[in-house]
Amino acid sequence: MSDQIKKALLEYTTRLGDDAVVLGHRISEWVSYGPFLEEDIAYGNVALDYIGRARMFYTYAAELANDGRDEDDFAYMRNDREYHNLLLLELPKGDFAYSQIRQLFADAYYTLVLPQLLHSKDERLAAIAAKGIKETKYHLRRSRDWVLRLGGGTDESHQRAQKALDQLWGYTHEMFDMDETEQLLADAGIGVDVSTLRDEWLAIVTEIVTNATLSVPEDSWAVRGGRIGYHTENLGHMLTEMQIVHRSHPGCKW
Amino acid sequence: MTLPQEENFMRKISAEEKIEPKDWMPDAYRKNLIRQISQHAHSEIIGMQPEGNWITRAPSLRRKAVLLSKVQDEAGHGLYLYSACETLGISRAEMIEQLQTGAAKYSSIFNYPTLTWADVGAIGWLVDGAAIVNQVSLQRTSYGPYSRGMIRICKEESFHQRQGYEAILALAKGSEGQKAMAQDALDRFYWPALMMFGPHDSDSAHSQKSMEWKIKRETNDDLRQKFIDQTVQQIEVLGLEHPDKAIKWNEERGHYDSSDLNWDEFWSVINGNGHCNRQRIEHHVAAHEEGEWVRDAITAYNEKKRAKQTQDAA
Repeated sequence: MSDQIKKALLEYTTRLGDDAVVLGHRISEWVSYGPFLEEDIAYGNVALDYIGRARMFYTYAAELANDGRDEDDFAYMRNDREYHNLLLLELPKGDFAYSQIRQLFADAYYTLVLPQLLHSKDERLAAIAAKGIKETKYHLRRSRDWVLRLGGGTDESHQRAQKALDQLWGYTHEMFDMDETEQLLADAGIGVDVSTLRDEWLAIVTEIVTNATLSVPEDSWAVRGGRIGYHTENLGHMLTEMQIVHRSHPGCKW
Repeated sequence: MTLPQEENFMRKISAEEKIEPKDWMPDAYRKNLIRQISQHAHSEIIGMQPEGNWITRAPSLRRKAVLLSKVQDEAGHGLYLYSACETLGISRAEMIEQLQTGAAKYSSIFNYPTLTWADVGAIGWLVDGAAIVNQVSLQRTSYGPYSRGMIRICKEESFHQRQGYEAILALAKGSEGQKAMAQDALDRFYWPALMMFGPHDSDSAHSQKSMEWKIKRETNDDLRQKFIDQTVQQIEVLGLEHPDKAIKWNEERGHYDSSDLNWDEFWSVINGNGHCNRQRIEHHVAAHEEGEWVRDAITAYNEKKRAKQTQDAA
């Protein structure tokens, strides 16, 4: 493996870890705030899947970095500007419709990304993908069912779901951007070329949204920057909370 | 005069046979069970709050995952207990209303705030530990669905207790700052954990009848003593100081002697005036009210779907 590829692989694996920890954290904020008990349990499940995925990516990233850091150094000792997650995933949880629409976008995305990652020439990434694929199928089934119910439920739930679609749509474009790092890895058969996935993603989302009697928003705006650490204002607050205990006791084990 | 059905009921109780939902039972037995099981269910649900308070701040990813899965288990326990209680002819909606209006109680321990990360460990170790002592004896309770629920719950609670103790152990063997945090959590949670067993037997309103009907299998004071005894050595292993300076082995009794509890505090928290009583209920009400439009959406969606199916069938 060339040094260039190695460096790109570390960056890529860290990004995937960042995506997972940030979304897992946001979902975990629902625990004890769900609309009913079964949803508290379901949210806990999904959050656990993402936190579990983050641990696998970061553990691998720590091995690649080989500089004495572990998974927690990646999660707790990097600042917001060093986090390279997708912006969509860091937005606050909002109301139930907002969280579920975000989840639909993310779940449809991972349903496409993970099967490609499964074919990675990097065995470790492929193994993490293999585990994630099963979870993601269940996640998408759940978010699809929710979007159908919200869109086809009451006027209020319909309006809230449509509002969430409109508010979040501009953050979805970034999911399909490629930069030099990702292109290098895609060319080497290690990373996923996400730019090829948008049509399929749009088809999945459109079918669900339309069945839910909601409208797919126009592509009139797009916000980007997660992959270079140019975040929304929300991530700093999220990390402040997430990292406070860990950083207050430097070098300690838990 | 004792009615034949009542005689049959008491015969089953004496023979250690389980009472099942469709069996005849005295109204007072049913009421007593509803009170106890729903209180237990509410404790699981309200208990999600003080621990949930630390999910977003857990100091490592592993601890975060363990805590998430633990709080999720609590929700699951709440769910089986609500279902067990529904077999007695009360709905979950009614139980939730009783919780929110204060007509039904939940364990007072959850009215104490979780102020540091160590409190999460202390809850697992002491609070779940005390709950297990009580629940192990409830596996033999006379009502079938409750007994079966308890068997399942006990298995998970012992995992909770172990993860709590392990979390506290990591702190107690850690830096000075971590050790101080562990000691502080022990000092604050030890006494309320002992109060979880309820008032002295002599002051316990429901105990006598519950024992006769074998809803409860051991008395509050016996269970509390068991917990006091088992905790002494655990504190020693941690290398922490015992919060009760009067703790002393009594050879004759075969038990530890200990200080009496602050019963004024106990009654004050039970009566709704603890540190977090209002906050816990407000949190529950707020989440429930905020979720109303979501629950309405499901109802509306299902109705529309049913109407469409009927129309399609016609």
